[in-house]
Formats: sequence, structure tokens, C-alpha cells
Amino acid sequence: MLRIDNLVSGYDTLKVIQNVSIQVNPGEIVSIIGANGAGKTTLLKTITGLLRPLSGQIQFDGQDITRTNTEKIVLLGCSLVPEGRQVFAPMTVRENLILGGYVQYKRNQGSVVLKDLARIYKLFPRLMERETQFAGSLSGGEQQMLAIGRAMMARPKLVMMDEPSMGLAPLVIKEIFSIIRMLRDEGATILLVEQNAKAALRLADRGYVLETGKVILEGSADELLENDDVKCAYLGKVKKEM
Amino acid sequence: MELLFQYIVAGVTYGTIYAIVAIGFNIIYNTTGIINFAQGEFVMLGGMTAFTLKEYMPLPLAIVSAVIITMIIGALIEMLFIRWLHKPSVLRMIIITIGLSILIRETALHIWGEGVTALPYFTGTSLSSVNLGGVFVSPQVFWAVGISSVVVVLLGVFFNFTLLGKQMRACSANREAARLCGISTQNMVTLSFMLSAAIGALGGCIVSPITYIQYDSGSQLAIKGFTVAILGGLGNSTAAVAAAMILGILESFSIWALPAAYKDVVSIAIMLIILFLKPSGLFGNAASARLKEY
Ligand SMILES: Nc1ncnc2c1ncn2[C@@H]1O[C@H](COP(=O)(O)OP(=O)(O)OP(=O)(O)O)[C@@H](O)[C@H]1O
Ligand SMILES: [Mg+2]
Repeated sequence: MLRIDNLVSGYDTLKVIQNVSIQVNPGEIVSIIGANGAGKTTLLKTITGLLRPLSGQIQFDGQDITRTNTEKIVLLGCSLVPEGRQVFAPMTVRENLILGGYVQYKRNQGSVVLKDLARIYKLFPRLMERETQFAGSLSGGEQQMLAIGRAMMARPKLVMMDEPSMGLAPLVIKEIFSIIRMLRDEGATILLVEQNAKAALRLADRGYVLETGKVILEGSADELLENDDVKCAYLGKVKKEM
Repeated sequence: MELLFQYIVAGVTYGTIYAIVAIGFNIIYNTTGIINFAQGEFVMLGGMTAFTLKEYMPLPLAIVSAVIITMIIGALIEMLFIRWLHKPSVLRMIIITIGLSILIRETALHIWGEGVTALPYFTGTSLSSVNLGGVFVSPQVFWAVGISSVVVVLLGVFFNFTLLGKQMRACSANREAARLCGISTQNMVTLSFMLSAAIGALGGCIVSPITYIQYDSGSQLAIKGFTVAILGGLGNSTAAVAAAMILGILESFSIWALPAAYKDVVSIAIMLIILFLKPSGLFGNAASARLKEY
């Protein structure tokens, strides 16, 4: 589904991502964990074309998308739930979701948008209750649901999530993770980027550990959960935080 | 009493054109964050082009053509001067758009000369008037106010009920998120320039019979429109209409109280006062401002 080879990326002169190779297979949940500033967001922005890579290759669904622009990448079926939710604050919940389905119109599938809207409302009943409310007036958790719902409206083949649990209360985090689990059970392919390593790895099939722009460890989620370095560097820290 | 009403009518007439210019400012500002100081030039171009074209075709067709031509010029300006800039600073954008306004003005001087032009009244002549309970109002005032109202309503429908309008709003709310929805933000920016240019040009055509237009009418209108846009709160077009009426009527009454030469001083003074005291505008409040930037 997604294949990244020797990717180098960053900002102007600053190389943040250094020689990263990652793969996501269809139907898999892959988790990337890493501390603040490891380059997780930079990696996802590069995949979605918001940042231009310096070198390396990105393949999605058999196509080279290394230098493809964001609009095209989303149209191909690779969506991102961005860090910090980034909902359209002065627009209503419904408008946010409809815009998420905008690519369906470009695919000449506009007729499914309303059907998908109903599906998202079933998945997130709280969004339906707040349908006509401005997205900016939602709570953090609701905004995160909206951001996930908006991305799902595009019916992506792969959905990438950048720290969906960031800044949320433990109870809300649980809710978000149960939604991700639900999407997984429906057969979605997900690349989940998290600092909340334990929760993410419990959900994932495989994982990568990113440190200062390099993949220092990869393996099945269970292996990583048992790995001593991971335990000490990420799981221990997470425990203390919670 | 009748005199009072006469002043109000004059104020509303001027307010209408200020509102049109301010709405043009807001559309571009909302999608790009750019304050396009060449906005007044679109108004001038519309009026002047229609004036030339009306020699060759009926007036309504000349106006439509002038609007379309100005719209194309707006698109070209965006594609040639704005599009390729990578995250330009605000100061750079101000300098570029002021430069553009000078360029357009000088080109207009070259094409049309210094003469004052006026389109004919849409109905009747400069002498005809409608009697409104003892007050005589030029029919063109009704055209100006009527067409502008229709434009405002249509814009509201466009931005709130069409997918394209929603895309433009998304682009203004959060550009990166809009791209992540597959929206071509670049096309939205071009579209916002076209829309602003078209609205400006239409405004130029409807006021041309009343106020006359010449090659340098644009900069003055830009200042008025900008004042109104700030007065209403940048980006808020409904408030801009209200603010435009306030400014138009204030100006109109200022002629009564002050020498006519001070008319423009009123708007500059208001702009400065607002910028000092309440930069979020008369109708802007902290909450909605926060919602926008969120
Ligand atoms: N716009 C930018 N310009 C320059 N440097 C940046 C920019 N954004 C991020 N960086 C730098 O890139 C590095 C990686 O940042 P990135 O946001 O990818 O980390 P992250 O793993 O997502 O961290 P977090 O967990 O805090 O979200 C950091 O050192 C950061 O300072
Ligand atoms: Mg990040």
C-alpha cells in the first residue's frame, strides 16, 4: 500500500528525516512511535506532499508519489488526519464532513457523499448532535473525531493519523482509540503516529520507533511492546504520564 | 426633513460603492490573507472598459463584457504576480499590490487619457428622478442599491450553499487542511481574484453614471473601501455593508457641516481611529476573531 525508501526530508537546510524506510501493507495497522521532535509530523507531511522530500522515494498503491502534489495524493486515496486536528473552525460540523468528501465529487462519486455522512454520524453520534455547530466550538475530543470523520469521508485506502490523542483527557483518549479499533475491524489500513506508545502498539500489527529522524527499531507490535529499550524509553515514560 | 433625507440618499449611494470595494477586499483577504491594494483599480477598469465598449454594443452587453474582461485581468494578475510567490511576507504583498495598482493606473492613463467618463443612466437621464414622498431620487440610485443588494445576496448563497463556495471558505479557514481534503487551494486563490475583480468592475459600472470614473479613480475608492473593510472587521462582508452605509452617510453629512474638501478627511480619520482603538472592527468581537484564527 505505502512504501517509503531512504526518504530524506526537512525544512530548508535542516534535515529532519534521514534515510527512513517504512512499509505499510493493505489491511495493516502500523504504528510509528517517537518522542517530541523525532520527526513524525515531518514524515507524514512529506508523505502527503505538504513538504517536498530532498531524496528518496515514496510509493502509494503502486504509484510513485514522491513529487506528486497533495490534492492528487488525497485523490489517490491517501488521507491524513493532521496533528492538532485542523478542523475548519468557522464552518459547521456538517460542512467540515462534506468537504472531507470533496474528492468523491472529483472522482465522480458525489452521490455517495451523503451516504458516507450517515455512516460517519453512526460512527460518531456526537458529531450528529452537533451537526450545525461551528467546528471551532467543539471540545478537543469532538474536534479530533471530526478530523478523523472528515478524513474518512474521502474513503481513503490508507489513513494516516498524527497523534490523535494529543492534548486529550485519558477518558477521551480511550474513546478515540476505540474508534480507531473500530476502523481497524472494518478493514481500514492505518498508519498511526503516536507518542502514546503503549496504546498505539496494542492496537497495531507492526511498529517503527523513530528517533531523531531515523528508524532505530522495527518489528511486530508485540515484539516492540516486549523490547527492553522500548519499555524503558517509551512505555515507562508513558506510564508515569498517565 | 427633506434635506436630511437627501443627505441620507446621497450617503447610501456612496456607501453602496464603498461596500462593493470592501467586499472585493474581503474575498481576497479571506482566501489569501492578502490585502489587495489594486482593488480600486478593478472598479476603475470596469467603468472605463464598459464606457469604451458601449460604443460598439448595447449597454447591458457592454457591462457584462467589461465585467468578464476585468475578471480575466484579475486572474492574470494572480497567475503572473501572486501565484509563484512562496509564503510571501505581508509587507512584500503590500508593495506588490500597490505596485500593481500604479501599473494598472498608468496603463489606463495611456489607453483612456485623463478624461472623465460616465456611462449613461441605466434608465432615464441625469434629469429624471423618482419622487419619494417629496424627495427626488435619481433612478440610478435604485439601480446601484438594487444591483449591489442582489450581488450581496448572491455572494451569500455562493459561499454558504455551493460546494465551490464552501471550498473557498475552507481555504480561508485552514489552507493546509483544505489541501488535505483534496481542494486545490491555488485555484481557489485565482478564483478569489476573479470574483473580486468581477464584483469591483460591476460596481464601477453601476456608479459610473453618478460619480464619473477616470483613470485614477481607483486609489481613492481603495482607501474608502479599505476603511470600510476595517471598520466592519476585515473579512466580514455583511459587516462591511453596514460599515459602508455608516461611512457614506457620515461623509454625506460632513459636507453639510464642513467644507466639501474635508469629505475625504472623514474617512481617513475614521480609519485611523479604528486602527488605533479597535483594530478588530466595529462589529468584530474577540470571540469571533478567535474562532477565525483557531
Ligand atoms: N516548520 C518548521 N520549520 C523548521 N523546522 C521545523 C518545522 N517544523 C518542525 N521543525 C523541526 O523539525 C523537527 C521535527 O519536528 P516534527 O514536528 O516532525 O516532530 P514530531 O516528531 O512530530 O514531534 P511532536 O511529537 O512534538 O509532534 C523538530 O526539531 C522541529 O524543530
Ligand atoms: Mg508531531
